[in-house]
Amino acid sequence: MGGAAGRSPDDDRRTPLADERLRRQAAEDAAAWEAAELAEFVRRQPESRSEYRTASGLPLQRVYTPADVAGSDWERLGLPGRYPFTRGPYPTMYRGRLWTMRQIAGYGTPADTNERFRYLIAQGQTGLSVDFDMPTLMGYDSDHEMSEGEVGREGVAIDVLDDMEALFAGIDLESISVSMTINPTAWILLAMYVAVAQGRGHDLNKLSGTIQNDILKEYVAQKEWIYPIGPSMRIVRDTIVHCARTMARYNPINISGYHISEAGANALQEAAFTMANARAYVREVVGSGVPADDFAGRLSFYFVCQSDFFEELAKFRAVRRVWATMMREEFGARRPESMRLRFHCQTAAASLTKPQPYNNVVRTTLQALCAVLGGAQSLHTNGLDEAYAIPSESAMKLALRTQQVIADETNVASVVDPLGGSYYLESLTDRMERGIHDYLRRIEEIGGTLRAIETNFFQREIAETAYEHALRKASGERVVVGVNKYVDPPGADEAVDVHRIDPAAERRQIEHLRAVKAARDPTAVGSALARLRSDAADTAANLMPATIEAVKARASMGEIVEALRPSFGTYRETPVF
Amino acid sequence: MGDAIATGRRARPIRILVAKVGLDGHDRGVKIVARALRDAGMEVIYTGLHRTPLEVVKVALQEDVDAIGVSILSGAHMTVFPKLLDLLRAEGLADEIALLGGGVIPDEDVVALKRLGVADLVGQDATPDEVVAAVQTAVAARRTVR
Repeated sequence: MGGAAGRSPDDDRRTPLADERLRRQAAEDAAAWEAAELAEFVRRQPESRSEYRTASGLPLQRVYTPADVAGSDWERLGLPGRYPFTRGPYPTMYRGRLWTMRQIAGYGTPADTNERFRYLIAQGQTGLSVDFDMPTLMGYDSDHEMSEGEVGREGVAIDVLDDMEALFAGIDLESISVSMTINPTAWILLAMYVAVAQGRGHDLNKLSGTIQNDILKEYVAQKEWIYPIGPSMRIVRDTIVHCARTMARYNPINISGYHISEAGANALQEAAFTMANARAYVREVVGSGVPADDFAGRLSFYFVCQSDFFEELAKFRAVRRVWATMMREEFGARRPESMRLRFHCQTAAASLTKPQPYNNVVRTTLQALCAVLGGAQSLHTNGLDEAYAIPSESAMKLALRTQQVIADETNVASVVDPLGGSYYLESLTDRMERGIHDYLRRIEEIGGTLRAIETNFFQREIAETAYEHALRKASGERVVVGVNKYVDPPGADEAVDVHRIDPAAERRQIEHLRAVKAARDPTAVGSALARLRSDAADTAANLMPATIEAVKARASMGEIVEALRPSFGTYRETPVF
Repeated sequence: MGDAIATGRRARPIRILVAKVGLDGHDRGVKIVARALRDAGMEVIYTGLHRTPLEVVKVALQEDVDAIGVSILSGAHMTVFPKLLDLLRAEGLADEIALLGGGVIPDEDVVALKRLGVADLVGQDATPDEVVAAVQTAVAARRTVR
């Protein structure tokens, strides 16, 4: 990484991207150009701003030359599928296999969502992604008083194993990968998924998919939690270890920057805080005696793609390099699989606007193109109506078509890391990498990731950036087309069809839950929950086997959550603003 | 109501309870709003996440606030706001405390909620100044009525 100044023992193995003669020539030419053409031009036509910055606030030059990549080495750029994986995790990238087009879906009852899944598969979607309703995300059954009005609203409601069976009815789980956006209750959903697959006679080692299961970013950003940090980390550890032993192709965690970004963080903070969380998980599992190479290859990541095109590209590339270095240098990983960062990407929901909603299609298209140029392994493109409600079927179809147009019409997928070698992009990637390392150092000084969460470090940083962003947007400095510039006169709103929730879905879901509870064997439920309670009290036990047994006995999600509460307790945050 | 009291009331800064009701954890907006209101000179109390309508009304009563601002992005607004209004009416506070809302709320629901008695609803594109103005207007309307 080091800059141009100073020599280190590694210098002999460094091959600068631009050799010294070229750099000197470029610097000389740039100086002459500034004195001549540039000075004259700017005198006649001044630039629009006194300084230019990325969305994270990194300063931008007018133009980049070989002189700006003095600290960049060929070894740090290299080739795709090879350490440090700057250019991508695989040698052929989209030539071998396109990114997975994975539109998230979920609403109403499991049967409602199953219908949307089949529609999306028929439209050419290549992976499934499940959004759960708030009660499911937070561990409440549909008939709990906290669930009132929220059942099946923001996602699909899941209470018992029968719901999971209905969700995937008629879908071959060995031939499509399934991602589940679920966090504090992820281990229960994983248990249900395993139980469904076993019931159908599937080979667990053939299942591919992901549970988000990233509890640390919940405390930091998305704010879905049940238990305190310690027991929550233990649950994450148990899922990672269980999957490493029994599900060879399954990703037990999706370490997510997306929500950190949507909560208000800039690109640099998103990348740095995600790496800090990733480091904490690896430490937790390694600390329990499992070597990094036994599980790190199945850790997956999830980032947003915001609108600042080159900064986002630099973020994806820098974060791959940081991860590879961390795994090799800090955790002693030896297998390439443990060092190559694979990520799902979603375009930025918070960039979408309610006024002039068709502008959102354009925003999403640009963000999706950026994600592809940045080497995403799977992609969700947002619906144009997401500032109104969860997306309608037609909005999801258009969003999927956006990806298909990029894949099949633009030819961008034919060359790996096509912008690699750009003086600007390489310089920005290096700058981003340094910024991530600076944050990681600060977090270590605080006492590590968990301590930084407890002391509200991340939360304060994010709230600060979010507030500055809101002020810049309000002042018009940060342009949002259709909102603070090129605004339509009142009443000129373009209409969009909005997805409406079936008001009877909540009642149907509750009736179904009660019917399942009435029909199950109460003795089997009781003994399964008793085993869960005793496993919870034994920190050396893995919670997964008892949880799988409990869901098979038709214990509900809420019952499983409550069974662990006496041992685990409840998380309370101290909000800062 | 005497002038002195009216003047005294006007001199008091607006006290507002901002709240997250329901299960969704989207607190980016509510934190920006809380800070904008505080920067505008109001006394701001923030409940934190995942409150029930009953908890919110209890805190509002204890803290003697002029307004409650509820942020909700989970889609449960048509359940939550009517419940809050009922609780405020049951406590006899509906005329004293202005209830405002914000979040992802479809236009037709905004109309329906205002008809039910929600003083104002601000969308996700509202600027900090617009939010401050909405609270000031709603509170002023209630102070004038009394």
